[in-house]
Amino acid sequence: MSKFFVEGNVASALGAIKAGARFFAGYPISPASELAEYCSQEMPKVGGIYMQMEDEIASMAAVIGASLGGMKAFTATSGPGMSLMQENIGYASMVEAPCVIINVQRFGLSTGVATSPGQSDIMQARWGRHGDQSIIALTPSSVQGCFDLTVEAFNLAERFSSPVMVLFEASIAHLRERINILESEELHLIERKKPDVSPEDYKPYKPDERGVPRLSYYGSEHILKTTGLVHTETGNISSDARVCAALVERLERKIEDYQDELPPPKYYGTKDAETVLVSFGISSRAAREAVYRANLAGISAGLIELQTVWPFPEKAIAQYLSKALRVIVVEMNRGQVTREIERVVSRNLVDPLLRTDTNIFYPHDILDKIKEVHDI
Amino acid sequence: MSISQDYTDYIAWDRLPHMWCPGCGNGIALKGLALALAKQGIPRHKVLMATGIGCSGRAGSYVSFHSFDGTHGRTIAFCTGINVAQPDLKIVAFLGDGDCGAIGGNHLLHAARRNNDLTVLEINNFTYGMTGGQFSPTTPAHSFSSTSKHGKVDYGMDMCYLVAEAGANYVASTTVYHTAQLNKFINEAISTRGFSFVEIASPCPTYYGRHNNLRSAPEMMEWFKERALPKEKYDELTIEEKQKYIMRGRLVQRDREDFLTMYMNELNNE
Ligand SMILES: Cc1ncc(C[n+]2csc(CCOP(=O)(O)OP(=O)(O)O)c2C)c(N)n1
Ligand code: SF4
Repeated sequence: MSKFFVEGNVASALGAIKAGARFFAGYPISPASELAEYCSQEMPKVGGIYMQMEDEIASMAAVIGASLGGMKAFTATSGPGMSLMQENIGYASMVEAPCVIINVQRFGLSTGVATSPGQSDIMQARWGRHGDQSIIALTPSSVQGCFDLTVEAFNLAERFSSPVMVLFEASIAHLRERINILESEELHLIERKKPDVSPEDYKPYKPDERGVPRLSYYGSEHILKTTGLVHTETGNISSDARVCAALVERLERKIEDYQDELPPPKYYGTKDAETVLVSFGISSRAAREAVYRANLAGISAGLIELQTVWPFPEKAIAQYLSKALRVIVVEMNRGQVTREIERVVSRNLVDPLLRTDTNIFYPHDILDKIKEVHDI
Repeated sequence: MSISQDYTDYIAWDRLPHMWCPGCGNGIALKGLALALAKQGIPRHKVLMATGIGCSGRAGSYVSFHSFDGTHGRTIAFCTGINVAQPDLKIVAFLGDGDCGAIGGNHLLHAARRNNDLTVLEINNFTYGMTGGQFSPTTPAHSFSSTSKHGKVDYGMDMCYLVAEAGANYVASTTVYHTAQLNKFINEAISTRGFSFVEIASPCPTYYGRHNNLRSAPEMMEWFKERALPKEKYDELTIEEKQKYIMRGRLVQRDREDFLTMYMNELNNE
């Protein structure tokens, strides 16, 4: 273990490298460029490759290609690039290629404000692609979190044979904090399962008991066939109704049925509080401080900090909210997580605190809101 | 796995019959590839068939080795990543003219520029076969298609010159009528280290032919026989005349360092 004083972008890149990533493909974009720059410098030192592609479509494609060649691979981008990557992320879900996508969220729709933070890509992460599928998305709220949850993202990608996203904001990407970096040997790293039958008997898309296939790689004697078309266990295409139904269901359930393996929400403040905040990323740092100050003032308040935003941790949240009289969702968008919370608890309890003016929340903003709902 | 000497080893016979129309040229190009692989004795697990989306994109179903069927136009970009992970794997992309000339044109240019070690076989049927015969970037000016019912109003694109300029190590063009030349070019392409590209004019009697008075496969083959000119002759034509002809020959054969070799050398020179 060693101590580093670095920004979130670098912490995330370090997490990827320590998790065993040896391929980065990307295209420059604020506020994610430092991550690419760091990879271009450090990847060669660990025998890895940095590739600057012609666009984000190609970046995502190259990452999936490297993964199907047996490497751990990732990319990093922001809003406009994230939009371009969607089709190929859907392909990764379909062919079950483990890979990691870092979305350093910037402000707004379209080109927005390139250098300001945002939290408005939450729904895009879940629903940005056509067709049904599940996806894993993690939301660190500190520079240490950028390291830890990027390592976790690689583990989950290999465990679930799926693309995994990590979403943090421009503000954390450029925030410097002192963090602990663990070496690969000190980390618990997960590798994809290898084929357990002879090449002759091998079916690349035969799922194990948890619904995850044992993918070989291009170049292996276990012949791999991948296609974005619906396919059977052999990887050969099919439009048979039962094959289609079974594949779509498996792709969803292999993740949704194992949600308890994903990083759970953290809880701060009064246990079973009257007023419970829900937040994530940079916003939850201010929320944590606001809850602390509210508690000092004798107010019964708590905070649920999401680490996994997709699949949405409904069960854990429902439990934390079982005694709540009011729920304040704090987020820098027009209510994307708020809608999810309204699915979990009665709408009447939910009173969001939203912000879309390029500024991050300050603790006093949130404390004021807590006091307002408590009528103090 | 043993070394294969027979081209039939590379075909997934249990996946036949194929879905291609009678008279389609895709099968001839596929056989050309299988022959080249057999000639070079490449073990089955050391070769990858990477296809795009289109009629030509179904070729991966009919091979007994690794196959990759990507998203429309992006296959070359996927191959770039596969090549990095598996530098010893022979990667052959089998793409339609729409896939690699239109939606994937940018990836084609940049892979040629970087000289990534892969082979692209462009199956040029002058149309979008899979979606019902719309015009493509290579459809000649004035010809008819399901979206150019009054004649195509722009010029067909010369893919070979484009790829050659971009930096590829090997570029050649021929037709499925000229099978001896076709097999030779595919063989040369897959022996090249770096980016190699073969444009293969191929009949689509179902759409291109039907729209342009070449209703049968033999008629289309006659058309290739008459209209394919050796490079020296083709180069003498005006731009307008070139719209009526197909180029046959090798444009480029050189030995620039490929991307990975250059990457490693650059680091070692530091
Ligand atoms: C993003 C996207 N756009 C459009 C399509 C529809 N589409 C499928 S195949 C094809 C074109 C096929 O033409 P070509 O690449 O020349 O191959 P061919 O069928 O002629 O072999 C198109 C446009 C698609 N699959 N994906
Ligand atoms: S439509 Fe044309 S390209 Fe497609 S299989 Fe038929 S002949 Fe071949």
